[in-house]
Amino acid sequence: MSVSAEQVLKIAHLARLRINAEEVENYAQELSHIISLVEQMNTLSTEGVEPMAHPQDIAQRLREDVVTETNQRERFQGIAPRTEKGLYLVPKVIE
Amino acid sequence: MHELSVSQLALGLDKGEFSSVELTQHFVNRIREYKDLNAFITEMGERALAQASYADQLIKENRHGALTGIPLAHKDIFCARGVRTSCGSKTLDNFIAPYDATVVRKLDEAGCVVLGRTNMDEFAMGSSNESSYYGAVQNPWDAERVPGGSSGGSAAAVAARLTPLATGTDTGGSVRQPAALCGITGLKPTYGRVSRYGMVAFASSLDQAGVLGKSAADCAGLLHAMAGYDARDSTSVNRSVPDYTRLLNRPLAGTVVGVPEEYFGTGLDAGVKEVVGNAIEWFAQQDCEIRYIHLPNAQLAIPAYYVIAPAECCSNLARFDGVRYGHRCDAPKDLHDLYERSRSEGFGDEVKRRIMIGTYVLSAGYYDAYYLKAQQIRRLISNDFRRAFASVDVILGPTTPEAAFMIGEKTDDPVTMYLSDIYTISVNLAGLPAISVPCGSVSSPGCGDHRLPIGMQLTGDYFAEDKLLNFAHQYQQETAWHKECPPGF
Repeated sequence: MSVSAEQVLKIAHLARLRINAEEVENYAQELSHIISLVEQMNTLSTEGVEPMAHPQDIAQRLREDVVTETNQRERFQGIAPRTEKGLYLVPKVIE
Repeated sequence: MHELSVSQLALGLDKGEFSSVELTQHFVNRIREYKDLNAFITEMGERALAQASYADQLIKENRHGALTGIPLAHKDIFCARGVRTSCGSKTLDNFIAPYDATVVRKLDEAGCVVLGRTNMDEFAMGSSNESSYYGAVQNPWDAERVPGGSSGGSAAAVAARLTPLATGTDTGGSVRQPAALCGITGLKPTYGRVSRYGMVAFASSLDQAGVLGKSAADCAGLLHAMAGYDARDSTSVNRSVPDYTRLLNRPLAGTVVGVPEEYFGTGLDAGVKEVVGNAIEWFAQQDCEIRYIHLPNAQLAIPAYYVIAPAECCSNLARFDGVRYGHRCDAPKDLHDLYERSRSEGFGDEVKRRIMIGTYVLSAGYYDAYYLKAQQIRRLISNDFRRAFASVDVILGPTTPEAAFMIGEKTDDPVTMYLSDIYTISVNLAGLPAISVPCGSVSSPGCGDHRLPIGMQLTGDYFAEDKLLNFAHQYQQETAWHKECPPGF
């Protein structure tokens, strides 16, 4: 299946990536090429095969609901692009 | 000093033949001397010498372990507190990690000296180290060729004798493929053997930390120090870690080496085929039984991987939003603009491509056709291995279809680049351990009598790292391929 220019723009939006108009065609071609590689999967029938999400077929481990981390807000916010009074700053969301 | 094995270095330190400060200075000098390789993103000479001086103190007081005072290099993907952890990306060029990865902490506690942070493909996505924001790495065997990837800086640094040991990570071959192309030994452990805590995530069900060294014996000691259960990684397996070094010398006679027919078909370079054939012959001479086996779904590993890995990558990389850390664009006009521009400016082409594929295969209406189908094929690939290991001890084949390729040769065609991991990827899908071992060389086309190294891959059953290291060590006791140093180093 080939990926259209319109699909490229839709996927880019979903992925929060900005793709310039002159890049769209190139993306469409590359993604189509990769998707046709991926579609080699269709040469094999997998009916009834149980999907494998993970190398270890085990249930997720549970732990006691106890505090294991200490508050290190200042250290973590020390590497943030913009903070103020312990808050991360982003452009205004609500008018 | 740079030609000595890790156990020889430890003995030298123990006997006082040289100090860790002298040893460290030697490697710091070599890293500077061979800066053109571009194997390091960050050199940490000053900090390393301070660590070495502390290690010397421990040795003097007889409070040291097997790796105390031994220098190593970390792939720039393991968070280290106070150290820039770039992951080869512009996005994290300004990221000073606020905590230590478990691997980093364990090796610090073992007394290792960290020489620096090695170059890598951006977010470990690549097979040539060309996708790094910090530029391509040269292969020490031929400066015009790639070292492989994504742990290309680690492999080049070990091959050029700029460090005795290095850490790496392997999601689809990123330890084994560069080890093969640089003529060194590299092991990817069983999924869950080494903690992923603090290792920047690419594809979480495939990522595993690994080790690179000149020999299997060197790798054995490093793996022993890194492996083990970690409550902070929910997929870490609670299982005791054997003393790999003590298990290196078991005889191979009577063991069964499986050779998959599918790994020797079209696409394999004739020179590589011959060299790996010689290695099979060597094992036969040790009274191993050579059994030809089938991995019938092997050819679908790459298609399935390029659904699963990008799907997990696009989820993991959603965290880079320009808000909490990493690159942020200038003067965003609204929140959407902040996300889009920060991410588009911060990520390179290959990373964007994989995020796009991942988003596409997971988008509404496509889940069953791509993701579910890929997971079913993953099961079939895993079952093939399960069947094989019912009757063989290890599986032997080439690590890569060809020797190191030219810088720039495959950058215009992602699919061709992806095919360079054809023999390594299925191991990650199944979560098995595998090691790449130097087993010969081929002449480099157009370079006269210039030779390029070739690696064979030994794959084992779950948690059979001891067996892989044992097989590789026995081979290295009788052969000298792993001792070959690139000319000029």
